[in-house]
Amino acid sequence: MARALINVPAKSKRGEIIEIKTLMSHPMETGFRPGMDGQLIPRDIIEKFVCTYNGEVVFSAQLHPAITANPFISFTTIATESGTLVFSWTDNKGETQVQTASIQVE
Amino acid sequence: MNTTRRQFTLLAAGASIALVTPARATPEKMKLAVDAFTGGKPVKEGRVKFDISLLVENGNSVPLSVLVDSPMTKDNHVTRIGIFNEKNPLPDVAIFNLTPRSGRAQVATRMRLNDTQFITAIAEMSDGTYFSAKSEVIVTMPACVEE
Repeated sequence: MARALINVPAKSKRGEIIEIKTLMSHPMETGFRPGMDGQLIPRDIIEKFVCTYNGEVVFSAQLHPAITANPFISFTTIATESGTLVFSWTDNKGETQVQTASIQVE
Repeated sequence: MNTTRRQFTLLAAGASIALVTPARATPEKMKLAVDAFTGGKPVKEGRVKFDISLLVENGNSVPLSVLVDSPMTKDNHVTRIGIFNEKNPLPDVAIFNLTPRSGRAQVATRMRLNDTQFITAIAEMSDGTYFSAKSEVIVTMPACVEE
């Protein structure tokens, strides 16, 4: 299972807009590059990213091969209540990797 | 049919051109991708602020961020932000789906650039209107060349 880096502010005030940064370890192979044997390397990219906040989807994204290897995505959300953020990355073979982060709201 | 030497040379030249020119998006293909995103609705310039370097050395990783001027309330918010390019193999880069709970219409990511080209960001508002911004990026070492 690949590794993801997630940056969520440790503590935030209720109603504050917080920035969340995610970096997923993934080759994002475009499917356009020839390998050492001259054959094209098969496409292997993350196509979908979803972030839920206590079960509610607050942000999602569709990615294409033009996104770099180890895709970095940064977005904002309103800190409404303490709880769990669930991040999921789904690749073009349908495999999903999930990471969670907890958030403290005062 | 017997192939003369001249015909063969022409064929070989044609084939080599076909081999070295990879499939590429073009401004026309980008327009098709944009139309698929907007459903053919008109796109106005403005309200979108595109933050991307004008000159990049390495096209393999180009940071970019998009900020859309919007109050992000339930009745008036940005629903989607699409990013498109003209000269990578595919015109689509990414589509971000936002909600009123985003608080601010701001996203950042990193993209590959195959060549010096215009990048377009389009924001879809909750009332069904579209706004855009575009920026030219000069690339000295394009992506997609290394093994």
